[in-house]
Amino acid sequence: MTPSVKNVSMFVIVACLIAGTGFIQSWNTALFILNMGLISAIMALGVNLQWGFAGLFNVGIMGFVALGGLASVLISMPPTGGAWAAGGLHVLLGLVLGAATVTAAIIAQTRLKSGRTKTVSTLVILIGGFFLFRYVFDGGVNAIEAVDPASTGYLGGLNFGGKNYKDWGFMTVISWPVGGILAASVAWLIGKTALGLRSDYLAIATLGISEIIIAIMKNEDWLARGVKNVIGLPRPVPYEIDLQESASFVERAASIGVDPVTASSIVVKLGYAGLFSVVLVIVLLLAQLALASPWGRMMRAIRDNEVAAEAMGKNVTARHLQIFILGSAICGVAGAMMTTLDSQLTPASYQPLRFTFLIWVMVIVGGSGNNFGSVLGGFLIFFLWVQVEPIGAFLMQAITSGMAEDNGLRIHLLESVAHMRLLTMGMILILVLRFAPKGLIPEK
Amino acid sequence: MMVEPFLIGENMTGGYGTGADILQNCTIAVNPGEIAVIVGPNGAGKSTAMKAVFGMLNIHKGAVRLGGEDITSMSPQDRVAKGMAFVPQTSNIFTSLSVEENLEMGAFLRRDDIQVTMDQIFDLFPILRDKRKQAAGELSGGQRQQVAVGRALMTQPKVLMLDEPTAGVSPIVMDELFDRIIEVARTGISILMVEQNARQALAIADKGYVLVQGSNRFTDTGAALLSNPDVRKSFLGG
Amino acid sequence: MTDILTAIVVLANYVFIPAIAYGSQLALGALGVTLIYGILRFSNFAHGDTMAFGAMVTILVTWLFQSWGISLGPLPTALLAIPFGIAATAILLLVTDRLVYRFYRQQKAAPVILVIVSMGVMFVMNGLVRFIIGPNDQRFADGERFIISAKDFKIMTGLKEGLAFKTTQGITIVTAVIVVIVLFWFLNRTRTGKSMRAFSDNEDLALLSGINPDRVVMVTWIIVAALAATAGALYGLDKSFKPFIYLQLLLPIFAAAVVGGLGNPVGAIAGGFVIAFSEVLITYPLKKVLKYLLPEHLEPTTLVQLLSTDYKFAVSFSILIIVLLFRPTGLFKGKSV
Repeated sequence: MTPSVKNVSMFVIVACLIAGTGFIQSWNTALFILNMGLISAIMALGVNLQWGFAGLFNVGIMGFVALGGLASVLISMPPTGGAWAAGGLHVLLGLVLGAATVTAAIIAQTRLKSGRTKTVSTLVILIGGFFLFRYVFDGGVNAIEAVDPASTGYLGGLNFGGKNYKDWGFMTVISWPVGGILAASVAWLIGKTALGLRSDYLAIATLGISEIIIAIMKNEDWLARGVKNVIGLPRPVPYEIDLQESASFVERAASIGVDPVTASSIVVKLGYAGLFSVVLVIVLLLAQLALASPWGRMMRAIRDNEVAAEAMGKNVTARHLQIFILGSAICGVAGAMMTTLDSQLTPASYQPLRFTFLIWVMVIVGGSGNNFGSVLGGFLIFFLWVQVEPIGAFLMQAITSGMAEDNGLRIHLLESVAHMRLLTMGMILILVLRFAPKGLIPEK
Repeated sequence: MMVEPFLIGENMTGGYGTGADILQNCTIAVNPGEIAVIVGPNGAGKSTAMKAVFGMLNIHKGAVRLGGEDITSMSPQDRVAKGMAFVPQTSNIFTSLSVEENLEMGAFLRRDDIQVTMDQIFDLFPILRDKRKQAAGELSGGQRQQVAVGRALMTQPKVLMLDEPTAGVSPIVMDELFDRIIEVARTGISILMVEQNARQALAIADKGYVLVQGSNRFTDTGAALLSNPDVRKSFLGG
Repeated sequence: MTDILTAIVVLANYVFIPAIAYGSQLALGALGVTLIYGILRFSNFAHGDTMAFGAMVTILVTWLFQSWGISLGPLPTALLAIPFGIAATAILLLVTDRLVYRFYRQQKAAPVILVIVSMGVMFVMNGLVRFIIGPNDQRFADGERFIISAKDFKIMTGLKEGLAFKTTQGITIVTAVIVVIVLFWFLNRTRTGKSMRAFSDNEDLALLSGINPDRVVMVTWIIVAALAATAGALYGLDKSFKPFIYLQLLLPIFAAAVVGGLGNPVGAIAGGFVIAFSEVLITYPLKKVLKYLLPEHLEPTTLVQLLSTDYKFAVSFSILIIVLLFRPTGLFKGKSV
């Protein structure tokens, strides 16, 4: 079997697995896996760019994904009436002051001569700036959060559709690239400070940043309501209820023998799948072009021998910064798409095991350094992530079938099935690293 | 027939891993109480030859024998247990451990009382006794070499192998170190040494090996090599 | 005068005592991370979940003892159970090493590969803990709740503010001190301990000296198990046991180890306290302290809380970044592999 036949057949197998879900369980589940698989594939492509192309070890994926989600809210939700007037300028001014403080401190650090003057002036700038920032900023925050806290209490977004903002579904699509830009700017900040560090320090630094991003999103209610969540985001696809009320739709559904409720939800999911596929194809195409370009070759040269590349006059840090920003931006786009799919932003749902480490499993299992591998890994691992639970439940039923109904062990085992996921993902990662370290589709 | 030397690496041919052969039919030998010195131009395979004797690279032709026993396939660790001690050129001490702990680690395999050996080493290198509680990494270059040699001697070896022990130390310290090495040899230990400072090293050598491109070019006593015009012209700068 | 005293009491009650207890827990965790880094040469992402595993076994054994009616009187029964937690964790780690890590060691794999492998181990351990004990909060503390309660303290001293000293805090501190003393005695005074330091310092030379690497690695995992299980159980006893909390602890623990200098045990302890004190101090509303120190007209109107408690990660993280940028080998010299 030639490699390409093998690769195509692996894609076919994953497609069959998802289709099988449709036949055996439900098409809703199958399409859910398909949509999340598309998003996961994009995230995996972003991480593959960083790890597979450049050897950068980023464990802050969750943070960039969440930033994408934030962008989705900031673009597609309508501005909260009165909030901007109440404290918008205050908050912005506060943020500008905060940024100015940091900039001034950096300037003091770089311009002043070493010694006590430098230390003292840096400290004065930082401490004074901090209190000034808090004074201005807190006032604005309190004012904003007081605006109808039960339903808004935040600045809202940039959707100027007014009352009918939900008709402006295209805004969500605009939020995807914006999510990428937001993630990219934060990646630039992190990259500037942390990219010079050794691989495991970079890992710890990115892990920390992602936790802080989530902490900010949970606590800064003025920004996106924090843990009170933003729900009811507009959608780029029709609403099920509208479809069900449309006579022609009901008629067509009836003609193929499906009840209108199921049909409507399938049509909506297919709509998402169509949009997501377009994005995936674009990202995949760009990643493939990049891989084959002189830029991509240089990246791999740097990855394989940093010292030699540096000696040949390549600016390793600048190249690393580029690719770190690009990869993070892709994760941001995927994050915005995911929030669009959910129609809501729930900061508490961002868990590192799910949004950082699971993506790593996808990249490693798919084959680091290979874009098609990442896509395959994205679909396959997400499929398993969803299906391990029912499969586990089935297995546990089988294992414990000999025990009495009220057997304590049996009850415990059946209740614990939900936690089989993490166990399985870990096993898959360990086994692949051990026995097929190049992944399912190895780098060429 | 001549009596076989105590330690001999005979007709060694081989290189690192699966790479090209660096050594070609190279023979190095040393007897108890003798100092054998390997000299030669840069890239002649001097260190490689010594590492081959110590089992740090694969030789696919030839053999290494210690006291008549074939040890060709033995790992370096096992050779340590057989009485061979090796002082690498760099990273040859535990910098964060005290001088005393460095010596203790040298004697790690021994289960008997090591205090006597340690006293002998402190007699050999008196400065180490004064600094025995100090971290070895804080010592000067020459003192660090003393710690390195001391650590190796703690195993009570029959053969002491030194890879460029005087690299990077001042001429005075070098003379001092050579004097100590002679003292060690007088106790009956075989010394096998690679040296960049060929003239000074051959002056104390019982046996000298001049290597070129991984093969023996000249083999004789140290004094004979020093007076050999060919050797002087090509390797000792006239 | 009494005002100053009261202010000190408030600070001790809300900042010093909690920070010392938390710092002890972080220090024990960071010691484990730093030992693994020094000997096995990788950052172990599974360490938080190793702690969770040790704590879980301790809890299960505690429950068993409680059901048998065994107790330590005023002290928590968990103290009796910790040795079992350590033993189980040691077995888990040794089995993991044999099945997973050893292969990569023999391959001389790059450290970053081992880090990724440890991510897989983290998943498995996390799943294992949730599978066995579930994802929920578990209580297992018993015995006397306070060494000194706030009320008793007020009666004793006549001050307006109380100073509470919880039993779990006392036990945490005492245990940490004992563990650290034993650990340093082991590392500096015993043959095996010295060989571990030698191995960490210069692996090739350690091999030339006849130090057995397999034995060093085995002893390291056992010590790490002891540190992790103790740290995990103490944290669970003092705060509460929730499996996911331990994953979050990974960040301050890493920060402590890096700030102190990775691979340096003294640094790990110092780092633990630096992180703990900064986190607690910066997220504590200082109004209560300032109220007693400042004249009445200057009394602050806000809470004077520098950062909300939810940003305590940001504190450890900022310290981490500052240290990495200005002193990459940490406060005490660590390894720069």
